[in-house]
Amino acid sequence: MSARERIAGNVASYVDDRTGAAAWMKKNLKKVFPDHWSFMLGEIALYSFIILLLSGTFLTFWFDPSMREVVYEGEYLPLKGVEMSAAYASALEISFEVRGGLLMRQIHHWAALIFMAAIVVHLMRVFFTGAFRKPREFNWIIGVGLLTLAIVEGFLGYSLPDDLLSGTGIRIAQAIIQAIPVVGSFLAFFAFGGEFPGIAFIPRIYTVHILLLPGIFLALITVHLMLVWYQKHTQYPGPGRTEKNVVGYSLMPIYMAKAGGFFFIVFGITALLGAVASINPIWLYGPYTPGQISAGSQPDWYMGWLDGLVRMSPPLEPVIFGYTLSLNILIPGLIIPGIIFTGMALYPFIEQWITGDKREHHILDRPRNAPNRTALGVMSLTFMLVALINGGNDIIATHFDLSINQIMWFSRIGIIVLPPLAFVITKRLCLSLQRADRDLVLHGRETGRLVMMPSGEFVEVHEPISPEKAWLLTQHEQKAPLELADLDQRGVRRPGLIKSKVRKRFAVAHAEQVSKPTVEDLKEIEHH
Amino acid sequence: MSNEIELIKDPGLPEHKLRQSDVDPKAADRAERQVAILFALSALGTVLFVYAYLFIPTDRFVFIPLMGDQNVHQLLLGLGFAAALLFIGLGAVHWAKTLMPDHEVIAHRHELRSPDIDREEFVKTAKEGAAAAGLGRRSLIKKSLGLSLGLVGLSPILLLGDLGPLPGNALRTTSWKTGTRLVTDPGDRPIRPEDLEIGSVAQTLPELAPGKDHHSLNDIAKDAVLLIRLRPEEFNLDAERLSWTYEGIIAFSKICSHMGCAVALYEQTTKHLLCPCHQSTFDVTRAAKVIFGPAARPLPQLAITVDAEGYLVAQAPFNEPVGPSFWERSA
Amino acid sequence: MKKLSKYRRHRVVAPLLLIAALLGIGTTFQVAGATTTSVITAEERTKAISEGREIFLKGCSSCHGLNAEGSSISPSLIGVGAASVDFQVATGRMPMADMSQQAMRKAPVYNDEEVAALAAYIASLAPGPEIPTDEMINYERDGSIAEGGELFRTNCAMCHNFAGQGGALTKGKYAPSVMGVKPVHIYEAMITGPQAMPVFSDKTITPEEKLSIIAWIKAAEKEPQLGGVALGRVGPVTEGLLVWTLGLGLLIGIAVWLTTKAK
Repeated sequence: MSARERIAGNVASYVDDRTGAAAWMKKNLKKVFPDHWSFMLGEIALYSFIILLLSGTFLTFWFDPSMREVVYEGEYLPLKGVEMSAAYASALEISFEVRGGLLMRQIHHWAALIFMAAIVVHLMRVFFTGAFRKPREFNWIIGVGLLTLAIVEGFLGYSLPDDLLSGTGIRIAQAIIQAIPVVGSFLAFFAFGGEFPGIAFIPRIYTVHILLLPGIFLALITVHLMLVWYQKHTQYPGPGRTEKNVVGYSLMPIYMAKAGGFFFIVFGITALLGAVASINPIWLYGPYTPGQISAGSQPDWYMGWLDGLVRMSPPLEPVIFGYTLSLNILIPGLIIPGIIFTGMALYPFIEQWITGDKREHHILDRPRNAPNRTALGVMSLTFMLVALINGGNDIIATHFDLSINQIMWFSRIGIIVLPPLAFVITKRLCLSLQRADRDLVLHGRETGRLVMMPSGEFVEVHEPISPEKAWLLTQHEQKAPLELADLDQRGVRRPGLIKSKVRKRFAVAHAEQVSKPTVEDLKEIEHH
Repeated sequence: MSNEIELIKDPGLPEHKLRQSDVDPKAADRAERQVAILFALSALGTVLFVYAYLFIPTDRFVFIPLMGDQNVHQLLLGLGFAAALLFIGLGAVHWAKTLMPDHEVIAHRHELRSPDIDREEFVKTAKEGAAAAGLGRRSLIKKSLGLSLGLVGLSPILLLGDLGPLPGNALRTTSWKTGTRLVTDPGDRPIRPEDLEIGSVAQTLPELAPGKDHHSLNDIAKDAVLLIRLRPEEFNLDAERLSWTYEGIIAFSKICSHMGCAVALYEQTTKHLLCPCHQSTFDVTRAAKVIFGPAARPLPQLAITVDAEGYLVAQAPFNEPVGPSFWERSA
Repeated sequence: MKKLSKYRRHRVVAPLLLIAALLGIGTTFQVAGATTTSVITAEERTKAISEGREIFLKGCSSCHGLNAEGSSISPSLIGVGAASVDFQVATGRMPMADMSQQAMRKAPVYNDEEVAALAAYIASLAPGPEIPTDEMINYERDGSIAEGGELFRTNCAMCHNFAGQGGALTKGKYAPSVMGVKPVHIYEAMITGPQAMPVFSDKTITPEEKLSIIAWIKAAEKEPQLGGVALGRVGPVTEGLLVWTLGLGLLIGIAVWLTTKAK
């Protein structure tokens, strides 16, 4: 035994004497993780979060979250002598007087954008593969909660420097709060410590941004990961992969090296963006004052869809019994996002209700084999995309010689017409892909080689596909829609008939599929 | 789909394929060298970072194709940092892929559900615990505890009471009073009608109250006013609103009636005002009537006239609250 | 090299082509520049007016009318002043290439003498804003950059964007970028209010303040790229686009490499 081994052994036994960790570690170091690029998307989000904690901590050493008015005397000449808040002045100090400060600010902001994008693509992966099904509904809900909080957290961070752009964002947030029926103006006065903009808001959101929300994030992410660990990861279908096993690589050493390495890669790419591409050049925006505005004032992309919805909203502001109801703000600003996020959180339960499927699922669906779900997902994305495009309509207008009015009308109509269209097209596409799978299994792969038959007829040679591929294309379960009787055993109409009719309609739509080939089908083909 | 139909069978896990580095020691050595080079590049990245931090002045620029003039300090600092991190990651992953064992491992899943016996035990324990505490029998305790727990939540909510004052009249008032002069923003110079040519605009604020040396942001957020001069015949206003203008000069609150952005984007040709935030468009000739976009109300109009010295002043305060709507706005 | 980079820096895409194009425009402007100052005698003035009338009848009267009185499709030019003519014609906006939403900045059709003659002719019809002299627009001496920034953000940024890159107006109209525009033309634009732009009177924005605005715009043109490529200086839209393409693209690409088996 070498000296080094002896020391390591002593340390390990010292720790284990006090914790008994060896038994747990022994098992978990061999924990198996399936390998697939799409399983790394959540990791991108996790690592971006760590990058945000690190770079954010650095920024707090200089940032002064105060709306006290100061006169700028720093290094950036075009703002010299200008009145501004201490928050903005200290953000300028970080950018120009702290070496590496601008790099860190840019890394922090790029990491935030990557964090949001990674959450969204991770969510898409989980949704389209049905990874949210039993037993993972809790984790889905935590995930939706994290997404919601991340949007808020990102917006608060974007607001902190108190530049002209972020101040405009706060102005709009204040208007949304103020528009809430009955208590709106009271809530706004509480949030801002009085009138807009006041001097209280930035110190308050600073605490929320650097303490409260990151704390909640840490707790939720921990639970999110513990559940993944405990429930074991889902896996894609394939030969040898079943509902009862996980096929992959062990944590020690492969996954430690890969996941650990990937952290550095994500950090490296974020730093690369921070080095070569400018983000949020606050010194160009100038300090916030409510009397100024810039053309093309936009939020960051993860809020862009919200801004797009607000822009396309019809001018509805009825006065009911003497009270003003700002529907032009409430519908796009609170009601539609509320419906979207609640619907998203509840989706696993909705799907369970439609299919009546109460079993555990660990093998992922290929999106084409769940046409209804896939179509619903694409439909929602289309909705978001139209809203997002409208959120940048002024920039699009100037760069592509269009008119903001045209884009607005396109969006107003498109947001109603395009999502259902996307649903229908996606569903048809999924069913066609199922049909193509079926043909591939039954007739094999087209080789492109032509052979002349004795009769003089040309036919293309088809090669049978491998058993592995055939299994992949046919492993999925094809369940018949839920059977629901309208009448009970005594022939009496059951209560809740309408509900059950709706459920039946959904169940039939959900179960629509092209029947997968069986061995019989194959044999029959061989006979011909 | 009935179960009698015979389905295509799972062929099982495919055979493990050996990598080059598994069979060829030379390939394995090559892979090792590659990993080492990647780690060395990371070290070089750190050296670059340190060099840039210590020795490159922050005001030096260099021209880089496709990127234009770039700050050398900032760029090398960033590139060094990026390389230092990125190559550690690439090296670790390359190591894992080429040199660590790549046999796929199968782990078995166990049902997450606890066995029935455990579930029953749990229910029993929980029930026993509740019974031992007497929760079921001693309803007085249950009710009083419920009361106190419900009430204790009240104090932290009450503690938030001093977060802000109540709105009171604040959303309805501005600094504009009868006779308040309109002054330029920035500059604080009073304006005479003849200072404004046809087709011109001016960003204005109310004159500073005595003893104040600058406008607070809270005031600007309610007081900002845009002056526009048209030909008087271009107006399409009723008699009252027309009397609020002065020789073709019309004044509107610059704070959008939708969400409070500064509406100052005036098109001289169309006489339209556009809000750059959500693109509500207002027709100046018709008292800022909304002609496009999400805003539902015209911008509040400030009645103006001139004082004895010929400077533009407010005839009266705004006759409605400026800025975004709120519940009790029209009450 | 420094001079070149001034034009180069506010472009993200296809930079080389654009640089070439911009340089072309830039040099044309420089050639078209050095007119405005020389003192003109009454005789020369009369000559210029008659020359201007000639040019006007050939090139402008079909839209603006034989006596510059305007028509259903174009405005009267009586009283617009020499400054307006200089701005519209020397920046190539007039004559318009087609009857589109608004006249675009392009290579000017007329040379300096012709522009001066046209301006003299129009100025002779009725008094209007005059072309500022070089002495009047010595912004480096008389303007303050920081004050200009304040003025720009209050009066200009709502249309021309926080960094002077331009922005959208209603129905396809737009506020052009103010980068690379000659100081005299910026000044003329402020006092004449070309096209959709309103007029900024000398009393509400004093001549010194106008020079501060010009000083700020010129500083913004030279504004170095401090944190990497500027992405067009149009705010978060291009940043979001870069994250979804380059950022996420690189990361997903590496994730694919990371999870494929080595050969």
